[in-house]
Amino acid sequence: MKNVMEHESTISADTAALHAMTDAEQSPAIAFEVNDLSVWYGQKQTIFNTTIDIPAQSVTAIIGPSGCGKSTFLRCLNRMHELVPTARHEGSIRLFGEDLYAPKIDPCVVRRRIGMVFQKSNPFPTMSIAENVIVGLRLNGVRDRAYLDERMEKALRMAALWDEVKNDLNRPGISLSGGQQQRLCIARAVAVEPEIILMDEPCSALDPIATAKVEELIYELKKQYTIVIVTHNMQQAGRCSDYTAFFYLGRLIEFAKTEKIFTNPSQKQTEDYITGRFG
Amino acid sequence: MITATASIPESAQERMVAPSRFGDVIFRWLTLVMAFSVLVLVILVGWQLWRNSSLAIHKFGFHFLNTSKWDPVAEEFGALPFIYGTLISSLIALVIAVPLSIATAVFLTELAPMWIRQPLVSLIEMLAAIPSVILGLWGVFVMVPFLRLAVFPWLKKTLGFLPLFTGPIYGVSMLAGGIIVAIMILPIITSVSREILRSVPDLQREAAYGLGATRWEVTRIAVLSYAKNGLFGAVVLGLGRALGETMAVTMVIGNTPQIVASLFAPGYTLASVIANEFTEATTDVYLSALFEVGLVLFGVTIAVNLIAQLLVKTFVNTSAGAVQ
Repeated sequence: MKNVMEHESTISADTAALHAMTDAEQSPAIAFEVNDLSVWYGQKQTIFNTTIDIPAQSVTAIIGPSGCGKSTFLRCLNRMHELVPTARHEGSIRLFGEDLYAPKIDPCVVRRRIGMVFQKSNPFPTMSIAENVIVGLRLNGVRDRAYLDERMEKALRMAALWDEVKNDLNRPGISLSGGQQQRLCIARAVAVEPEIILMDEPCSALDPIATAKVEELIYELKKQYTIVIVTHNMQQAGRCSDYTAFFYLGRLIEFAKTEKIFTNPSQKQTEDYITGRFG
Repeated sequence: MITATASIPESAQERMVAPSRFGDVIFRWLTLVMAFSVLVLVILVGWQLWRNSSLAIHKFGFHFLNTSKWDPVAEEFGALPFIYGTLISSLIALVIAVPLSIATAVFLTELAPMWIRQPLVSLIEMLAAIPSVILGLWGVFVMVPFLRLAVFPWLKKTLGFLPLFTGPIYGVSMLAGGIIVAIMILPIITSVSREILRSVPDLQREAAYGLGATRWEVTRIAVLSYAKNGLFGAVVLGLGRALGETMAVTMVIGNTPQIVASLFAPGYTLASVIANEFTEATTDVYLSALFEVGLVLFGVTIAVNLIAQLLVKTFVNTSAGAVQ
């Protein structure tokens, strides 16, 4: 519990510093520095020599046709790709200057610092709404009931779900609708106050209304978090991201401010994809 | 021109009609008959047992179930020691086999390196293929002497303050019976548990990993809790096997109809007494009493299964929310 508190205070200090920077319109701080990353699953290479700096306190969208490696890339950022036994990689990824793949770094700790929201909502079916939100804190060893309740409410409010569920906190998480479940998963991810939130096509299984809510949420979360979102939906990338990276066949083709990618891409392939000529 | 336009709706109508429903009807009846034949079989077996045991039921009434005297010469029959033996040996078997099987299944699905999984699964399936009588022989000549010389004296020394581990040590005993049954139900519980753990969606595991859970935490919060209904079902399946297990148990349990606290003492089960004595059952009452033992075993098995299913419905589901 003490650890979590300390953690919290350092984050808010960072946040304040970053706000000061953006206010002064300096170039944004870098969250992820990915350097020459290549990834293989077994014999098959899925990411080729990718170098990219992902800015903090902003939303970065990763777009590209199916099979272009965007999910793999996202999973490398919190070492989730390592769950596939045959996966291996070369190159380095740094988070705020710290090497995520250094030998002394525990992947579990990396994943605690970098939350993730998945394509399909996946609340734990045996847990209530409340338990689903605080399960991450419990894993961190937080036992204080009042503190857990406080954090639960905060996370649910952040996920814009509090008003809809505040009277049903003890109902099973899977009794919610699809869109609510996905927001519950977002609440679960933000409850541990990670530094980064990764989203892997978070709206692909949602209807337009639920999608709009999640997008609104992304916009709100951006104030506190660095968000990296993989999406198939180019309008979505255009609507809610500050930066966009375009991947094609495992290579990063272009990375720039979203307005630039969508209005004046420098690569022919990007333009073809954006305008719907392939993909 | 007119005939052409008239023929269009007609052919369209034809297309709407299913080509032939004959196959559907046959299929439906065939599966219905198959499904009911299982039920009919169970009812027939029960009815036959009932009919053949009517003599004993009339003669002993309810005393058959709550008396302990089994004396074929005096024609006095009470099945309580057998019921006790069946339940206790099955309970021992579950206590030993359930943690082992579920731990094995967790190892096989969550932890073991890929290359070792398939060989291990094959080994476990081979264990299921060993004929009961062979296990019994192994039990008599290897396991029982080992228990008598090494395990039981040690148990007596360390846990002797419990009434369960007191009294003379013969080797053949309730505990030996329970252990052999445990070995026999291990494969079924393991392989059913493994299938159930494999059916837990990877998304659930990823959800836990994404929160920074360690492997054990992932197994606990995402895998085991998701699978607990199914795992309970696997245990019930194992229990069903344990209750009816005959040959190997008969060879190591000692076949003495008595109710004593000590697990070192010999016991007797419902299935064993039928297997041992039906060839000697010369009188009608004796044979009828053995049939009633069979009826009791049949009833106990069905009752245990029903209670287990009821437990799943009332406890596991409501606390868990429906697992889809």
